[in-house]
Amino acid sequence: MSQIPVIEAELHAYIDGLLPAERRAEVEAYLAAHPEDAQRTRAWREQNQALHAWFDPVLAEALPARVRRSTRLRRMPPALRYAAVAVWFALGGVAGWYLHAYNTVQSAAGIAFAREAVIAHAVYSPEVRHPVEVGADQEAHLVAWLSKRLGATLKVPQLQRVGYQLVGGRLLPGNQGPVAQFMFQDGNGRRLTLYVRRGARDSSETAFRFAQERGVGVFYWLDGKFGYALSGEIDKAALLRVAEAVYQQLNP
Amino acid sequence: MDAPGRDFVPHIPRLRRYARALTGERTRADDLVQDTLERALIKLHLWQPGSDMRAWLFTLMHNVFINQLRAQSARSTVELDDEAAQVAVRPTQTDGLEVRDLQAALLRLPEEQREVLLLVGLDRMTYEETAGVLGIPVGTVMSRLSRARERLRGLLAGGAVPAALKVVK
Repeated sequence: MSQIPVIEAELHAYIDGLLPAERRAEVEAYLAAHPEDAQRTRAWREQNQALHAWFDPVLAEALPARVRRSTRLRRMPPALRYAAVAVWFALGGVAGWYLHAYNTVQSAAGIAFAREAVIAHAVYSPEVRHPVEVGADQEAHLVAWLSKRLGATLKVPQLQRVGYQLVGGRLLPGNQGPVAQFMFQDGNGRRLTLYVRRGARDSSETAFRFAQERGVGVFYWLDGKFGYALSGEIDKAALLRVAEAVYQQLNP
Repeated sequence: MDAPGRDFVPHIPRLRRYARALTGERTRADDLVQDTLERALIKLHLWQPGSDMRAWLFTLMHNVFINQLRAQSARSTVELDDEAAQVAVRPTQTDGLEVRDLQAALLRLPEEQREVLLLVGLDRMTYEETAGVLGIPVGTVMSRLSRARERLRGLLAGGAVPAALKVVK
């Protein structure tokens, strides 16, 4: 018989298969000597078996359409979706997950812009069926349309060299008017979004700035005419590499 | 993040199984799963790649479930109290009214015990994982598990634990 007394928790661990192997024999010896506990643990084991017998058939049931649909954000109308994420971010701010700015000197407007971009990224990059309004197969139309809506000629960077293909783009409401969002995807389905707005009249050129909110990194910069924010859940160095490629192409 | 809704799909059958056992009703269970998945999509950027997505989804489901319970108990004193009223009015009538099936017996456990029992017994989570999902200490998991199993044993044996009337749907 064991030196260390067997405790109740070990009886549970025994039937749940969570007991360390070296303790097994001692618990079994204990149960052999304590028929009442042996009976209890047998009943518990039968409960586990009954739970499986009773509920495992659910595993094989076809998923109801509504449950399947709920794996896609587009169940919600776009405005609501946007609001849901924005509200979540706002609550996150209250809870202490604020957009962490790495540069000491950052304009409030710049941070607000980066935040908008991150929210838009969080809303649309998970989209399975409708990640964009206009796909890359209609790139010329996409660029013409978004240029017209933003009131300035846009260019879409070609990012194949850094491993990303254009998925397409969409028009979004920004705090200062219409915003274009272009989405890119790499071979593993990882997505980046480039958020572009017209430059504010008082804005000048800025360096790259980086901010991050729980896994979504964003590089943003102004080049006078436009403000850009590139968001993605990749590490900072990899994101910077893409941001530089974007910058070089748009500012030859 | 790559088409993340797809990442949920392999976990849905287990979420449904747990929800069914937890709520005892197909429709309510699927509501719970649906609400959980919608919340998961909105919160997906909080999920740490490489961490256990199943545990994360179960945690969300626990939170949704608790919120629903709170909302219900705040809102209704009629439908919900049916069950409680019967138990309260006739607490001593334990004259052999048997709990007819496992589902009915489960529903007689307090939610907090039912959750622990199911996560451990049905989903085969470790006690630490269960503690993580429910946001409680492991010691609390053990005491709830112990109470749940003993209570269920009594209910299924139709004896030791006072059996209230069968819950009428």
